[in-house]
Formats: sequence, structure tokens, C-alpha cells
Amino acid sequence: MSDKKSDKKKVILRIKRQAGPSDSAHWEEFSLDWRPSMNVIIALRDIAENPVTRDGKKTTPLSYDSNCLEEICGSCAMLINGKARMACSALIDDLEQPIRIEPLSKFPVVRDLAVDRQFMFESLKRVKAWIPIDGTYDLGEGPRVSPEIQEKGYPLSNCITCGSCLEVCPQVNEHSKFVGAAIISQVRLFNMHPTGAMHANERLEALMGPGGIADCANAQNCVEACPKGIPLTESIAQVNREAWKHALLGWLWG
Amino acid sequence: MRQPKIIIVGGGLAGLMASIRVAEAGVPVDLFSIVPVKRSHSVCAQGGINAAKNQKGEGDTTDKHFDDSIYGGDFLANQPLVKRMCEAAPGIIDLLDRMGVMFNRTPEGLLDYRRFGGTLYHRTAFAGATTGQQLLYALDEQVRRHESEGRVRKYEGWTFLSAVLDDSGVCRGICAMDLRSMEVRTFAADAVIFCTGGNGAIFGRSTNSVVCTGSAQSALFQQGVDYANGEFIQVHPTAIPGEDKLRLMSESARGEGGRVWVPKKPGDTRAAKSIPESERFYFLEQWYPKYGNLVPRDIATRAIHKIVFQEKLGLAGQQAVYLDLTHIPRETLDRKLEGILEIYEKFIGVDPRVEPMKVFPGMHYTMGGIWVDNENQATSVPGIYAAGECEYQYHGANRLGANSLVSCIFGGGIAGPAAVKYAKNLEKGSESTDASVFEREKKRQQAMNDALIKQDGSENPVTIWRELGDLMTEHVTVTRYNKNLEIADRKIQDLIARFKKVNLSDRTQWSNQTLNFTRELGNMLVLARVITLGALARNESRGAHYKPDFPERDDANWLKTTRAKWVNNDIQLTYEPVDTSLIKPRPRRYDAAS
Repeated sequence: MSDKKSDKKKVILRIKRQAGPSDSAHWEEFSLDWRPSMNVIIALRDIAENPVTRDGKKTTPLSYDSNCLEEICGSCAMLINGKARMACSALIDDLEQPIRIEPLSKFPVVRDLAVDRQFMFESLKRVKAWIPIDGTYDLGEGPRVSPEIQEKGYPLSNCITCGSCLEVCPQVNEHSKFVGAAIISQVRLFNMHPTGAMHANERLEALMGPGGIADCANAQNCVEACPKGIPLTESIAQVNREAWKHALLGWLWG
Repeated sequence: MRQPKIIIVGGGLAGLMASIRVAEAGVPVDLFSIVPVKRSHSVCAQGGINAAKNQKGEGDTTDKHFDDSIYGGDFLANQPLVKRMCEAAPGIIDLLDRMGVMFNRTPEGLLDYRRFGGTLYHRTAFAGATTGQQLLYALDEQVRRHESEGRVRKYEGWTFLSAVLDDSGVCRGICAMDLRSMEVRTFAADAVIFCTGGNGAIFGRSTNSVVCTGSAQSALFQQGVDYANGEFIQVHPTAIPGEDKLRLMSESARGEGGRVWVPKKPGDTRAAKSIPESERFYFLEQWYPKYGNLVPRDIATRAIHKIVFQEKLGLAGQQAVYLDLTHIPRETLDRKLEGILEIYEKFIGVDPRVEPMKVFPGMHYTMGGIWVDNENQATSVPGIYAAGECEYQYHGANRLGANSLVSCIFGGGIAGPAAVKYAKNLEKGSESTDASVFEREKKRQQAMNDALIKQDGSENPVTIWRELGDLMTEHVTVTRYNKNLEIADRKIQDLIARFKKVNLSDRTQWSNQTLNFTRELGNMLVLARVITLGALARNESRGAHYKPDFPERDDANWLKTTRAKWVNNDIQLTYEPVDTSLIKPRPRRYDAAS
């Protein structure tokens, strides 16, 4: 192997490629010079500067989504050694080689590692994930919020819509419209806020029916996969209770 | 009555606020963004947002906020609009609070405030250490509501290429490219608001996100939109060095009591915790006893450079100093700073609650930007407005920490209604603009793409970009010498010549990120020259612009705004007076009582 002749430490990546949504996928292997503190994004940039495969074949740079590179924008989620995670915080030295990189499998591939996560943003519309303010004109201060509510709400509000929780959820597949844990957790967040709570029922109703909360089968993979450590299963349990209560009251007095 | 139409380019805080205001006015918005707007760079802002709410009983006022901002900016900002911003800030906090931002709270359920650089007051509202993310989400949610009710239409995954200007030089829309299909298309609008952020990518590595290239600003500049104070960029004192990015370590770390120090002995290799207090040099506290670790960013950055490059006291001889939080209770750190501590832990593998962090200054913020008037965010071209980091209006020669979020929201909030008013008052809207005006712009942009795709060259765009970044970081950041600036400008021109021979390693027509990046790079190169030439010309030191050969501020010759124009395909620097009608310029001395 030519790699062994060189003194330099190498990083070997196997990357799944796909030219477009309807093209078939194939794998390419790359060998890069190792450097300290390398992460997967740095490796992808090295390939962009010198797009040559391990066996010396010219190829194209990888298409992938990235933006903040500090795990707060949610762009660069992909499958790295089979695990859904953010590429920017995936340090090469922590990964077993060859490093396998694939696009998330639960979203349509755009090209290579870039996927279309519009479904998540549409789901946020579906559940009305916002506080319905009257307008941006001056209406004085907001409602008082106890530190206790803030300390519960803030972690939920850290969701970066990366899609990792959908990726690992067995209920998210081509036969289902399940909105996934991230969206349910947003319902909990908005229903917790004093103003948001005034419209809690609208959000709960949006989670009933196909793709709603009843689709959760309690696999609990989501909470393990969340890069922000959001208590997703707790959110699902809480929203589930509220939804049942609402449904029951609706049935009693409907 | 004719229904006007507004386009907004950029979906960070400023763009989203402008979108909300336009939608509220009942005017339809087309919102363009390279990334889904929820992934915009505003999410990277950490520490907080300033507003003189005086909720700690310290006697803070909006006038003091105004004075701190003008003084902090070394008197280069036009004053009236900054005053309006500071007066509007408390109302902006109220609005964000009503939108549901999970701000940290006091036991009484009120918003908590912390200290930040360049002020002696607790004036900064915050949501953990991810305030920008929390604010952006609040506005994103409001825009999503308008979108679901049909008032906003999003074009996410589109990049701006150029403005469509008619024969009289009035903006009638934009030309943009779909980043998937690579389709180039024009869109008509009666007014366009640009909220396209900063230009950190010109410096290669910075605290900015990937999309912060300044490409849109540069494209507009080359179409006749003036660009002001380009030479003023902010290098943040505390960033975590990295090959792909300099990750910000928020000023809030010092606002909550973090201390900056180095061992007194050069090259000391002992573990930080084993170095006794008496052998530590808390240089900011010693040099600036009144503000201590919370001097403004330009001051702290230069102090760190002095410690490392002149005093040779960098940690173990390296380019780093300690930012120490280990004396603060873990519970306080987790409640107020968790987001940034996680970043350090994840990327460096060390727990900053236990070990002091190693930090070094990094390119962070673009004070200069698109020239706008001091009334309604209008640029020099009719129909084009700008708000947020991409324009130059609010921060003078140095931005105070936690003023960026407020300036984005305030500026966006002004630009929206101003664009609506302009559009409604137009005698003839974009619908009566001749189709050929749109067609020719589309052809021009398509031709640029075709040429890049077809040409056979020898240069790789990523390599040119890396060289540009190294050059800019070395010569055009913290310490500037005229001979180095001249070298930098010559080398940028060499890079521009090499750019003409660029070879795209990807010639496909679907999701071609190389093509888009190359177009951005072409624009970055031009803006890099605007920054460099502005710095070369300004023979004084003011705020973040520091020349050892001209160490003093020179109000007699340089109390003026640099206004770069594009004339005959070249950069021409002009100057105009600064409006100092409200606060008389005084010496800026953080080492003495002011």
C-alpha cells in the first residue's frame, strides 16, 4: 500500500456518494494527511481542495450542508460510522477507521451527504410552534416566568432541528408521517409558556391523527441520539398525558 | 391600489425582523436565504443583548447606553441613529420576551441581566450562553407563522447573485440562483432589503459561519452600492483556535467573573492549577483597574497580542492565554454559561469548570458594511435597503459586546417599514419595468456561471481562498503597518489574477457547491481590497484599527467615514463627516477614570 510508504499518518474515509435524488449510490474511499484536532468537516474540505480518491482517481468535491461548525445551527448531521451526529464535532481521532460517512437515511438525498429536512420545518407549521403575539408594536413587558419554568423550557428551546432524533426512530419510515420527537418536544415548550399555554389545545390537536403523538412506539432512541441532550422522552410523555387529557375532556364535554 | 412587493435577502435576526414588519404592514415578502433561515449565523451569538432596563437599581439609563456605545466605538458612529437604537432597546427586549424567548430569570420572575464589556452596568439580558440562537428562533417562529398564513414566501437554498437595476439605476428586483438546480432566475420587487451578515470568510478562519462571506455586499458594491468603513473589523479577544473555525468563547464568560491571565514566568509549563496566585499575571485587571477583564474587545485583543508577541508570555510560548472560570461555582456556570462550556468541552476535550480555557483573539465581526443613510437604512441605490451586520451604521470603530443583536433587530425593524413606504410611493412599480431589464441581468449572471463551468484553468478556488485568509489575517487584522498593507493589496491583486484561471473540479449542474463557492470567492477578493485599501489610507489609530506608526486617534484628519465607491471597475475611497452632534468626542482611555 502506498499509504504505508509515506511517513505521514493518514486518515481513511469511505464516503457514500449519490449524484442526485434519483441516482444510485456508490462508495468512494479517500486517504488524507492526518493533522491534530481534525474533524469530519476539515476532512471534507481537504477533499474539496484535492478531489482525488484513495486509488488516485479524480472525482468531485462532496456536497454537504454545514454552516456554524460549532453544533448550534443543525446543518451538518450525517451518519458517521453508522451513528447520526454532527460532522463538525466529530473529531477524527475519536473515530474508528476507515471512517464511514453516509447521508441521513430518513430524509431525501439532495446530493452526496446533503439531505432535505423540509419535513421538519413543515411539521413545525403543523403544530403551530410559535407564541401568537398580537403584533410587534409596543405592548409592554411579557408575562413573568418563574426561574423553574425557564430552567425547564430553555433546554427544550435548544433544539437545532438537525433530524438526528428522526433518523434513529423506527417509527419514522417511508410508510409513516410521524413528526418525530423534536416536534413533540417543541409542543411541550410552547404549551409551557404562559402565553403559549392559552393555545395549548390547538397544538395538542395538531398532534392527533396520522403522524401525531400516537405514532410514538417508545423506542427511546431519540433521547440517546440528541446532540443537545434534550429530554425528548420526558417531552413525549408529558405531551402524551396532555393530549389524552384533552381528548378525554373533549369526549366528555364534546 | 397597486400591491407592492418586497424581497428580503438573508434570514438572520435582521432579515427576519424586517420580514415580520413588512408582513405586518400587509405587504407580501419573498425571503431569500442560502440556508434554512433557522440555521443562520445569528445562532452563534452567545452572551446576550443590551438594553438599559436598569433592573438592578444601578441608575442605568438609555443615555448611558448611548454614551457607552459611542465612546466604545471611538466616536466614529453617526450619533442620532445610535441614540434611537439605545432608546428602542428596552422595547425590543419586551417584544422578544412576549415572543417567548427563554431569557434567564430572577427569583421574582423578571429578566436577569449581566455585565458585558465596555460598560459598568448590568445591561445584558441573556438566555444561557446561546442568546443569539434563542432570539433567532423566536423571530423564526414568528416568520413561520406569517409564512403559514401566506404573508411570507421563503426561498431557502437560494443564493443572491446581483440586483436588477433599470436604466435609471433604480433597483427592480434581484437575480438569484437555486443551489440545487443551479437555475439562475430573476425576481421582481419594488424594494429589496439586504440582511446578509458579516464577512469573516475573507479572513479564512474566523468565528463566523460558512455563509458569512460578504459575497452579497461585494456584488452590490460592484453594482454601485457604496460600502463604508470597510477597514473596521472586530477581532474578538477570546476564541478557541481551530483549523476550520475559531470558535467564540463569549464575553459573558468574563461578564460572569472569568479572569484572563498568564504565568508571570515566560515559557512556564506547569499545569495551570499548580501555579500559585502570586505567580499569575492578571494583566487586564492590572492594566485596566476600572473595567478589568471587561474592557472593550479592541483593547482586550491588543493587550493579549502585547502579552504574547511583545512580552513573550504566551502559554508555554504558544499563542494563547488563560480564560479562567474555575473559581466560579459549578452550579452558576451551568445555569448561565453551559452552552459555551459545552463547546469548549466538545472541541477541546477539557472541562473548563475544572481547567482554565486556552484562548486567543480571532476575527469576529464586521463593523463596516454597506453604506446606509442615518434615517431609514436606505443605501446609495434607490430601492435597496440594508440592515444588520452587513451595513455600517451602529458600531463605529469598535462594537460593544451584546450590541449586535439589538442593532440587527432595530435595523431590521426600521428597514422593513421604510422599504414598504418607499415601495408604496413609487410612481411605477417593478411590474411596469421592461422585461428586457430582467432578461439582460439574468443573461449576465448565467454567462458568468457558464464561463466558470467551461474554463480550463490551473487554479483551485479553495487554495486561493486559504491564501487570501492567511494574507488578511497576517496583515489586516489587529496590528497594521502601511508597508504590509501595501504588500497585502498587491497580493490580493495577484490572487484576483489567479482567480481568472480558476478550474472547477465540479462541472455538474446539480447542487454544485464548488460553483457557488467560486462565485462567492470572486466577490470576497474584491471586498478584501476594500478593507485593505481603507486600512492603508487611514493613518491613525481608532477603535479596532491600530497602526503602531500612527498610535493616536487623529480627529482633525480622520474623524470621518470611509465611503468606498465602485468607479470604472475600481475602488475609489471618498470620505464624509461623522455626525457627532450629540456627544462631543473625547479621548478614549479605559486605563484611567473617564
